[in-house]
Amino acid sequence: MKERLQSLKEEALDQVKTVTDQQALQDIRVHYLGKKGQITEVLKGMGKLSKEERPIIGQLANEVRDVITEAIEGKKSKLEEEAIEKQLEEETIDVTLPGKPTQVGGSHLLMNVIRDIEDLFTSMGYQVAEGPEVETDYYNFEALNLPKGHPARDMQDSFYITEELLMRTHTSPVQARTMNKHEGKGPVKIICPGKVYRRDTDDATHSHQFTQIEGLYVDENVRMSDLKGTLNALAKHLFGEEREIRLRPSFFPFTEPSVEMDISCKVCSGKGCSVCKKTGWIEILGAGLVHPNVLEMAGFDPEKYSGFAFGMGPERIAMLKYGIEDIRHFYTNDVRFLKQFHRV
Amino acid sequence: MFVSTNWLKQYVDIDHVSVNQLAEDITKTGVEVEQVFPPTMDDEHLVVGYVQQCEQHPNADKLNLCQVDVGQGETAQIVCGATNVAQGQYVVVAKPGAVLPGDFKIKKAKLRGETSEGMICSLQELGVDEKYIDDEFKDGIYVIQDEVEAGQLAAPLLNLNDSIIEFDLTPNRSDCLSVIGMAYEVAAMYNQDVKLPEVNVKEDQEQSSDYIDVEIEDEQANPYYGAWVIKDLEVKSSPLWLQNRLISSGVRPINNIVDVTNYVLLEYGQPLHAFDYERFGSQKVVTRLAKEGETIKTLDGEERTLSSHHLVITNGEESHAIAGVMGGEDSEVQEDTTTVLLEAAYFDPQTIRQSSKEHGIRSEASVRFEKGLDITRVKEAASRAAQLLAELGGGKVLGSIVEEGSTDWTHDQVSFNQSEMEQRIGAEISLGEMKRIIDRLQFDYEVDGETITVTAPPRRQDIKIKEDMIEEIARLYGYDNIPYTLPTGEMRQGGLTHRQKLLRQVHEYLQSTGLYEAVTYSLTTERNAERFMSPDVTSLSVTPVQLAMPMSDLHSHLRLSAIPELLASLQYNVARNQYNVGLYELGSVYAQINGQGTQPEERTRVSAAVTGLWENHPWQGVKKPVDFFALKGIVEGLLDYLAVDGVEFERGQLEELHPGRTAVVKLNGDIIGYIGQLHPTVQKEHDLQETYVFDLNLEAILEGSNTREGYTPITKYPAIAQDLAFVVAQDVPAAQLEQAIMTQGQPHLHSVRVFDVYEGEHMEEGKKSIAFNLIFQNNERTLKDEEIEEARESIVNHLESEYNAVLRG
Repeated sequence: MKERLQSLKEEALDQVKTVTDQQALQDIRVHYLGKKGQITEVLKGMGKLSKEERPIIGQLANEVRDVITEAIEGKKSKLEEEAIEKQLEEETIDVTLPGKPTQVGGSHLLMNVIRDIEDLFTSMGYQVAEGPEVETDYYNFEALNLPKGHPARDMQDSFYITEELLMRTHTSPVQARTMNKHEGKGPVKIICPGKVYRRDTDDATHSHQFTQIEGLYVDENVRMSDLKGTLNALAKHLFGEEREIRLRPSFFPFTEPSVEMDISCKVCSGKGCSVCKKTGWIEILGAGLVHPNVLEMAGFDPEKYSGFAFGMGPERIAMLKYGIEDIRHFYTNDVRFLKQFHRV
Repeated sequence: MFVSTNWLKQYVDIDHVSVNQLAEDITKTGVEVEQVFPPTMDDEHLVVGYVQQCEQHPNADKLNLCQVDVGQGETAQIVCGATNVAQGQYVVVAKPGAVLPGDFKIKKAKLRGETSEGMICSLQELGVDEKYIDDEFKDGIYVIQDEVEAGQLAAPLLNLNDSIIEFDLTPNRSDCLSVIGMAYEVAAMYNQDVKLPEVNVKEDQEQSSDYIDVEIEDEQANPYYGAWVIKDLEVKSSPLWLQNRLISSGVRPINNIVDVTNYVLLEYGQPLHAFDYERFGSQKVVTRLAKEGETIKTLDGEERTLSSHHLVITNGEESHAIAGVMGGEDSEVQEDTTTVLLEAAYFDPQTIRQSSKEHGIRSEASVRFEKGLDITRVKEAASRAAQLLAELGGGKVLGSIVEEGSTDWTHDQVSFNQSEMEQRIGAEISLGEMKRIIDRLQFDYEVDGETITVTAPPRRQDIKIKEDMIEEIARLYGYDNIPYTLPTGEMRQGGLTHRQKLLRQVHEYLQSTGLYEAVTYSLTTERNAERFMSPDVTSLSVTPVQLAMPMSDLHSHLRLSAIPELLASLQYNVARNQYNVGLYELGSVYAQINGQGTQPEERTRVSAAVTGLWENHPWQGVKKPVDFFALKGIVEGLLDYLAVDGVEFERGQLEELHPGRTAVVKLNGDIIGYIGQLHPTVQKEHDLQETYVFDLNLEAILEGSNTREGYTPITKYPAIAQDLAFVVAQDVPAAQLEQAIMTQGQPHLHSVRVFDVYEGEHMEEGKKSIAFNLIFQNNERTLKDEEIEEARESIVNHLESEYNAVLRG
């Protein structure tokens, strides 16, 4: 019997060793260890053994059963591992293939510039004011100290609809309208973005439609230094902390004094290059203290109130910031252009 | 405006600053410098030479061999190819070592076997613009007409060593339209004196009044007119110094008479005109408004028709000049002119501006008259011109100018308070400092305590109010010296309004769907302005707003829908091989709802146009062109996002859209816009494949947008799903069935959604199968089977009776 058990053990271990699939392994288990399996068969003949032999054979039979069980378990987990590995191998993909595109559009560069400036100023306590694009002659010109016959309001420069209505040539009428609403009481602190129109032939540097963003602050004791500080904050926000600003005298009918603001040229850092026409400075915007006539027409007492205003072109800012050479890019909506600037 | 620094130096001391420094300083304190033109040449190797001998080159027919005295006893042999070189001429010689413009280095050379020690120069070779060169010297070397000496430096003689500054003058600074005006500005900047020219006229015993009389008909248009007669003149070229001044200012020299008037115009800013006295044809100047339809031939040879608001200078009969704009050809100074009638006048700026504009002439004179001159300097300028005419034309200035009108000037006085000024600028500027600045400006002033009262000189007509003085003091104090501060006033809460925030969210939402924001033109063609109008716009029965004077037919009318311009953008992209494009725009349309000529109402609409593939992932087999439901999904999502209730979609019709693939969008029963595919003919017109658009009234949507208040608790009771499929006639809209199911399924039916539509094979002709997924839910308890069964029965019965629907097994 001992020999029988020994040979069963060797036979079983041999089979376990060579088996390659899980079903065959199961069959081996049943064949040797099952209720009607070989080991059980051997143990059935234990009755014929002597008292002394029985425990010895019994122990041996248990040992053989354990060894076979262990071998089967070992093989089983090995086969499972192999199966998983095989599956993983089969499921392997080329991760370098392109991903499924997520549909995301984007905002327009001009609107990015406008929203960026809006955000800066709303954080400084300004509100965003809007007004009509088809404007009355009064608000577009007269209320801004440009009476009829003033050289700066040439019919040739504006798109008139009737004698009293025109496409607004700047966003300044929004300032006049907003001030009117305040009925002579400050503070007025607004930023006015929007589309404006001029009689220009579209080319690389002109567009009959463009955008403007203007700011207005009217209160008691508004100083020129406040304008300078505000513009400095704007310039650094738009073009970087390392940019310097300078103000120089200019002329606008609705401000007095009037200034233009330059920033130090980013390309040459003020040394002079072709971008800044060798001056080291680049013109960004026009500004000034609100003309007393404008305050007065809008119902503010110029002896009590003063204010500053500034205005700039988002197109120009975007063109300078990104080196865009043709203003028409903003209006053709070429997706190859739009996609480059789809986020702020 | 061009200003010669060599000329400027005559009136103000600027030797201590470089031209670039000057340009920067003046830009910062007063007038913007557009450009600085450095000297073309400042080379000591460029000298005056005297041609002692000129023979033909022994080995070349077309070359001359010249012996030229170049000063200091030195004679140079120079080979010269010019045809106009001759013995006895004074010429400009570039000696070896000279560098001509264009980096052209002059070296000693051998030409056809003969040594050439330098070059005899033409003006072009010296960098002079051809337009300033007298015809006589255009094709050859320049022969100096002035009295010169061999060996004299030629660069200063020809003003080649000058730096020219180009200014970009703002309209308020007409005082800077002259070299003397500029000198005042520079003097104020550097705290210098202005040295005015010494004017000294020797008048003859004979009187101008014996020759001429002056009559002004309209004193408003012509407040002052002075006429002066100068006799015995010889018309010839001006001396070099005078020509140089004109050239450096961009004015072409003509002859000594015309040049003198131009010189004084540039120097004083006072335009003058010289008539040929004989040709003027009478002894009386009458200035008057023109007769309607009167004609005059101006100096440029053009025949011009005048109107009754144009001021003219006449001899009592015919007009001889359009006042302040341009002289007439008939009385032009010519080579044989000997007696000149010199006009020194002041004309009304508005009159001249209108006249200049209507004749399309912007002359050096009109530019100055229309801005308003210093009337107190008219006579001084006339004297200066008379003096120069006498000096340079050998003329005899007859006694005293004959004048009419007055040159009186009412000075503006401006008062301000020192501390108020300080406050407004935001910098500490003492009374003393303010006084010093006003001194530099050479303005008269009086101080009373803290109050300064300034009397603005007539050259500075822009100084009228206190704020003008704020500018003067601030700019000369230096904008750089003003500190950076931020407003200290009462804090107000800034930020976006609710509407502005919503608009931003609309943008974000639309971008998240895959659309790109576009900005298109508001002005479009007449045809486009009337196309793609949504029924809610059409119902306003408005016609597009039209520009009075459009620049082109492309932008003549205001849009009533953004779709036409968006389609133009799609077409632009597709033409450039960008086939898959989705654009949206939030912008105004302009509806003149209160009748022609009234201010239109501007309504914000949200519009989109999409063409090409909507889903594009080809290697996994996904390549879906955009379709109706892609756009409808975006619109539904938007309305959902903004929590707008009461939305319906119905089949609709729009001329430009596919009749079977168009829906109108209704909000609470009112149409607010449309979604649809372009009509195939419209697609073809734009060279587009299948293209879908939507155009919605955003104002209505925002109005319908609900703000969430409180929250709905998440129920812990289970929802029960049921699927129902019906066979119905093909033309029954799904939305109607959905609506019916929803109504019948109450009180526990929570939602219903189409999950399958089938028509075709195995389906009876004219029928379709449509399947719905129903979700029942009660937030307070678990629903009983009977309740579901009851609802289901009610739905099935209703659909069977109302829609002839058959429940599928």
